[in-house]
Amino acid sequence: MDYSFDFSFLWDYWPMLADGLWLTIQLSLMATVAGFLLGIACAVASTSRSRILRGLVGLYVELIRNTPLLVQLFVVYFGLASLGLKFSATTSAVIGLTINIGAYSSEIIRAGIESIHKGQIEAGDCLALSRWQVVAAIVLPTAIEKVYPALASQYVLLMLGTSIASQISAEEMTAAASRIQSDTFRPFEVFLVIAALYLLLSFGMRGLFWAVGQFAFVRRRKLGTTL
Amino acid sequence: MSPIVSFRDVHKSFGAVPVLKGLSFEVQKGEVVALIGRSGSGKSTALRCVDRLETVDKGEIIVCGHRVSDPKIELRKLRQDVGIVFQSYNLFPHLTVEQNITLAPRWVKKADKASARALAQEVLAQVGLSEKIDAYPEQLSGGQQQRVAIARSLAMRPQVMLFDEVTSALDPQLTEEVLKVIEELARQGMTMLLVTHEMAFAARIADRVIFMHEGLIHETGSRDILRNPNTPELKSFVGVGL
Repeated sequence: MDYSFDFSFLWDYWPMLADGLWLTIQLSLMATVAGFLLGIACAVASTSRSRILRGLVGLYVELIRNTPLLVQLFVVYFGLASLGLKFSATTSAVIGLTINIGAYSSEIIRAGIESIHKGQIEAGDCLALSRWQVVAAIVLPTAIEKVYPALASQYVLLMLGTSIASQISAEEMTAAASRIQSDTFRPFEVFLVIAALYLLLSFGMRGLFWAVGQFAFVRRRKLGTTL
Repeated sequence: MSPIVSFRDVHKSFGAVPVLKGLSFEVQKGEVVALIGRSGSGKSTALRCVDRLETVDKGEIIVCGHRVSDPKIELRKLRQDVGIVFQSYNLFPHLTVEQNITLAPRWVKKADKASARALAQEVLAQVGLSEKIDAYPEQLSGGQQQRVAIARSLAMRPQVMLFDEVTSALDPQLTEEVLKVIEELARQGMTMLLVTHEMAFAARIADRVIFMHEGLIHETGSRDILRNPNTPELKSFVGVGL
């Protein structure tokens, strides 16, 4: 064991790392926002009266949750290209990650919806609110507040999962690291630094979710209690 | 004048269990009618049929001119005319008292923010909770939550109010504060149909009492039947209740 650490070379590669870091952040944020919206749509559809709609959502969720993210990204990037739908690696990554996280979001939000007492919905119906108004004003706000911690954890996992997009040549942080270590033959240092950056990103994201939660859930901010 | 609520030969089963076996009664404008009976006698089901929370198998229900038993009824129009208060309050936990009350006026009747707030203040004054307008449901006692639920219904200016065992989850003191609010509504001439286990209360405010037994009206009359019941079933029922 006479390995001597040397991080000095990283200064020369800093712009490359920074670009990778920035793309990782972009991928994470875009897939989180788009996946959250997709998840809401699918969760609501999964409680629909239409058996076809419920079936389609069930199929989508099970397909995604039971196949590897890497394979899903390959299908989007290489598969769709052979159909003539050619997207850049970055666009493919956003699409693939969104489809992936959408399925997990849908399951989490659906659990939240199912935990809502039937009387809440009945009360909304009896006040002459429409089905959509009940969903928008009562069901979704309470469901999402209940499962918000689970959603936040899932989105942090997604951020870590963006590293897999390096395999379809999206130049995010892990891809940048691979390039740097193949130039410098210093994988230990490079990946230690990358790991530290992911750690910081995770903490940053948790902080961001906390702040968003404070803003979105007024009652929780004022009273400090869970629903 | 046509009655506010009218049931004609209404039948309803849950699976193989018949709950209503040809129920007929009417509630006139301004009348306070108490539905009483043992658990399982069908009184709560009858009440829920008024607001079409349950559909009927046979018979006709007309409420405020809406044919409730018609499968093509416009539910949202019916429900603007009918207010209902439940045993479990069902306030929306993520909204303040004001937001609970103004949600439907704003979204259904498109009231603007200022007039909706004025409306909330008005109905809260009616239930004696003006100072709680910015509170959240969890900050209120059960009795206060139930009074807010009543205020929330009143804000839609219903023609008839339904009460489904609204004090069953409350201790005697909180029960009394809720009953006072209902009594005040009765005094103001609100048409009301209440399912209740509070016999003393029914005897105090009901214009008419309907005693249900096994899915049918077993005995009905003025509130006096609670003191002088004719049938042995009502006799044994109020014997426990009063």
